[in-house]
Amino acid sequence: MAVHLRSEPVWVRWTLIGMALAFLGLFIFLPLSMVFITGLNKGIAVYFKSINNPDALSAIRLTLITALVAVPLNLIFGVAASWAIAKFDFYGKSFLTTLIDLPLSVSPVISGLIYVLMFGAQGPFGTWLRDHGIKIIFAPPAIILATIFVTFPMVARELIPVMKAQGNDEEEAALTLGASGFQTFWRVTLPNIKWGLLYGVILCNARAMGEFGAVSVVSGHIRGQTNTLPLHIEILYNEYNFTAAFAAASLLAMLALVTLFAKSLVEYRYRAELKAALRLENHG
Amino acid sequence: MSIEVKNIIKTFGTFKALENIDLKIETGELIALLGPSGSGKTTLLRIIAGLETADQGDIIFHGKDVKDAQTKDRNVGFVFQHYALFRHMTVFENIAFGLRVKPKDVRPTEEQIKAKVTELLKLVQLDWVANRYPSQLSGGQRQRIALARALAIEPKVLLLDEPFGSLDAKVRKELRQWLRRFHDDLHITTLFVTHDQEEALEVADRVVVMNKGRIEQVGTPENVYHNPANVFVLNFLGNVNLFHGRTEEGSADATTKKIYVRPHELTVTRQPVSARSIKAKISFINPAGSVVRIDAVASDGQSVQAEISQEEYKSLKLQRNEEICLTPKNIT
Repeated sequence: MAVHLRSEPVWVRWTLIGMALAFLGLFIFLPLSMVFITGLNKGIAVYFKSINNPDALSAIRLTLITALVAVPLNLIFGVAASWAIAKFDFYGKSFLTTLIDLPLSVSPVISGLIYVLMFGAQGPFGTWLRDHGIKIIFAPPAIILATIFVTFPMVARELIPVMKAQGNDEEEAALTLGASGFQTFWRVTLPNIKWGLLYGVILCNARAMGEFGAVSVVSGHIRGQTNTLPLHIEILYNEYNFTAAFAAASLLAMLALVTLFAKSLVEYRYRAELKAALRLENHG
Repeated sequence: MSIEVKNIIKTFGTFKALENIDLKIETGELIALLGPSGSGKTTLLRIIAGLETADQGDIIFHGKDVKDAQTKDRNVGFVFQHYALFRHMTVFENIAFGLRVKPKDVRPTEEQIKAKVTELLKLVQLDWVANRYPSQLSGGQRQRIALARALAIEPKVLLLDEPFGSLDAKVRKELRQWLRRFHDDLHITTLFVTHDQEEALEVADRVVVMNKGRIEQVGTPENVYHNPANVFVLNFLGNVNLFHGRTEEGSADATTKKIYVRPHELTVTRQPVSARSIKAKISFINPAGSVVRIDAVASDGQSVQAEISQEEYKSLKLQRNEEICLTPKNIT
């Protein structure tokens, strides 16, 4: 009897589960599968042809380069910033914390526009850059800059809570044992934050490859030169080239699936490790 | 190695953590820094280790000023209150850490490291936990591993921050005696921080009583207990004589000057025995323990505590709400 009293009636449970499933199906599974269906509806040959053409390949290459530059830079920045914020007290710390979150609250259009205003022909650096033959706006450097800006908080936000929770004790212990600052970081801090760090990098990478708004503003949309994958998809779609657009979109969708898989794998590994430690503790 | 602390001043914002601290510790001494929380004892320990910088003053190790030396170069063994073991390393690797981070030219070989770690594990009587992780150890075991790790670098000074603070009473007592024996064997200059009077008095060669960033008294346990320098020391150490109960000083205002008397220094009788005797009414009796603790209210309304032996208690047949007379012993 007690069991029945504690849980909801069967029909309530199934209605709730059904609603959740219907919602997921309608808003996530159906659109996602439409990407693949539309991409493949003219056959596998057309699908591969739309991916394997110079413009698409150039977009893929630029996307990869952008991520390859932005992610490591944000990794370094994220670790440094969260180290400073979590382990030290200094003047202006809360301001820095707010600043790190800024890109999340600013519209991506603004994130792109600030670089156009700064490095564009009318900007303070515009003339100097033109005189020295350096192209930033409407070229890959601006795309990378905008991507870094947008993905700025990803790693730091994952690490700050982890580092705060762990405190300074182990680092101080390492110092008293004669370790240098670098040895302390490499042997003590990094192993303790590795899962949080990996998690942050995965999210950062997904955002870097998928970013549309900020990149769109600074890119100039030059086909085969300054188009990233998301921009390439938009152009194809605007040209009513649905099959090619969705074929390229399927790549991004697959990236999302891989990210999701990697994310759960990291979470799973992390939990398994914790569980093993706890289990041994109970039996030991 | 001797340690000299000279005129150390440390402030956190407007809070004065340490004010003009002077202290000299001889080679091989076991010193307790005793004081209530916020008295600056941990800050002083951290300044000696180099984990904190003093605003002013000098720290001298064996005649050499180490004020500007980094923590890693001071060669101090530090045991943290919450152990601070490396959670991602086994016990073996924790202890080996200090050896592995040594510069290449002085780093021991793998066999030497193994021998040293095994020796240290034997020393702390935990050689069977080498392959476990810190999370798989009990509090007392973690504490001993933390000590073994600190000893691996063969420090000239051992600093312990509330070493038994987060252990339960029984383990704490065992480890306390163990630390004393351990120090007697190794003779490393050792400083430990504690807020537990009994711990300080039982273990240390000398006790440094601190309060509000100042040193109130330095002396042997016997000295600080029997000849407290001031009311604070008397009050703070008073609790310890009644370990099996609780205690505060009884104040006998029979003469014009104030006299502080510890509970066991009061005689309990039915009738006044001298001019100093004061009348009081028993408000509570706790006969459970090696001595009987009596709470009473003196005729002037002040509460007084006394301790008498079980035999005395039986022969007096004291009851709650009875009138008794309290007389300080040995007042000169």
